Amino acid sequence: MTAHARLQGITRTYPSVGAHPPVHALGPLDLELQQGEFFSVVGPSGCGKSTLFDVLAGLSTANSGTVEFEDKPVTGSVPDGIGVVFQEDASFPWLTVWDNAAFGLRRAGLPEREVAERVEHALSFMGLRSFARAYPAQLSGGMRQRVCIARTLVARPRLLLLDEPFGALDQQTRLLMGDEVLNLWRETGATVLLITHALDEAAMLSDRVGVMSARPGRFIDLVTTGWPKERDSTIVAEPDFGQVTARLWSLLRAESMKAIAGLP
Amino acid sequence: MTRAGGIRAAVIGGAAAALEIACHAGWIDPVSVIPPSQMVAGAYTLLASGEYYADILLTLENVGLALLVSLAFGFLGGLVLHRLPRLRQAIDPLLASYYAVPTFLFYPLFIVLFGLNRWPLVAIGFLFAVVAMMLNTLNGFDRVPVVLTKTARVMRLTRTQEIARVTLPACAPYIFTGVKLAIAYSFIGVIAGEFVLSGAGFGFKIAFAYNNFDNPTMYGLMLLLLLLVGSVNMLLYYWERRLYARQVRA
Repeated sequence: MTAHARLQGITRTYPSVGAHPPVHALGPLDLELQQGEFFSVVGPSGCGKSTLFDVLAGLSTANSGTVEFEDKPVTGSVPDGIGVVFQEDASFPWLTVWDNAAFGLRRAGLPEREVAERVEHALSFMGLRSFARAYPAQLSGGMRQRVCIARTLVARPRLLLLDEPFGALDQQTRLLMGDEVLNLWRETGATVLLITHALDEAAMLSDRVGVMSARPGRFIDLVTTGWPKERDSTIVAEPDFGQVTARLWSLLRAESMKAIAGLP
Repeated sequence: MTRAGGIRAAVIGGAAAALEIACHAGWIDPVSVIPPSQMVAGAYTLLASGEYYADILLTLENVGLALLVSLAFGFLGGLVLHRLPRLRQAIDPLLASYYAVPTFLFYPLFIVLFGLNRWPLVAIGFLFAVVAMMLNTLNGFDRVPVVLTKTARVMRLTRTQEIARVTLPACAPYIFTGVKLAIAYSFIGVIAGEFVLSGAGFGFKIAFAYNNFDNPTMYGLMLLLLLLVGSVNMLLYYWERRLYARQVRA
């Protein structure tokens, strides 16, 4: 496998605001995402997971270090080929499900026939075909998140970045959404980076899990799960799943206690 | 008709019927209030005569001018304050206490500035409406979720595309509220101004009829005004529901 995205020596410090001193949020941190792998990042609250996400996506700039996607530097804008799904509901409430999914393609100037084909496929894949004319407000939180995934899917991203996309959903829905993301990953062949605070989610979905320290966030270990590519949420019943989750927790426990105590 | 619409019609109809009975029974002094049937007859006579068309038109023109200028300045003001947080911090207390200022105080100043014509009234309507529009525009821009602007960046929209396709649609419901308030305040400012400060227009004619104990004309004009303002508001209400009802999160 080859490196699809690469972060080297990344640091990010937020400047002081009023009486608050500067916050060293991240790094120095290195990471290589292999072509087509499913990589998750777990870490204690406030460890800089979302900062890492924004830097990799091109939504924020690092203070030092380099970010590369497909061997090209990422500098201050989101490169073509990267798709992003956020934790918050990012569906456009003034557009129907169909128009939400078609939004980016129309802006990019694709012919309407191709837009229709891609949207049709994405909505079918995400189980939204019968809701194509509905508005996001008429859907549940899980379905709105599917709309956002469908909107990302139509652009055929080669690197898919997911920032706690199921954070606001109940456990059962999260497991089922996890299955859908695995299907999506296999179908698109995209490299996936998932930010999550749920250890079981990271253990179930990932080829590798990066465990971050308390702030300033660095990787303290990279755990390889060893799951086959054809997997789904039933994997949670496997004895190995418990071992992976336990390993993640043993790595994270001390860091989480540091984060709660506010220690550096 | 919906159940709520039926109840609404029953409440209005019941109140009108009660007033009609009270007037005919002599419970209410006919010098003070005339029965609704005579108000309707008065309004019909006014419309049929055509005598007041010029005044009604003048008022509508003044309201329209005050509204257009307040919408333009209110929107731009809201946008500028959103983009310049320091300026906003400086004038926030002034905006918060704005509606405590009796705007009519400035009428003599406007007469000096603009002369004895329609513009002092337009200026009063503008002063009434502009800050409501500005505050709602500002509120709208403030409430655009950060995740939507991030999404615009992920989709590599240009700044102009982002504003036109994401920011404005996202804050449109709040701006619409500003437009509704600006319409109401423009009517209030212009008509109240005409009441006390003008020699023509809807408000002046109501005040003139009142001073001459011409109850059928006064109540007829009041009824016409209420119907006009009520119709404008109802139209806006239904338009807003059509536009935004499906967008509101349950």
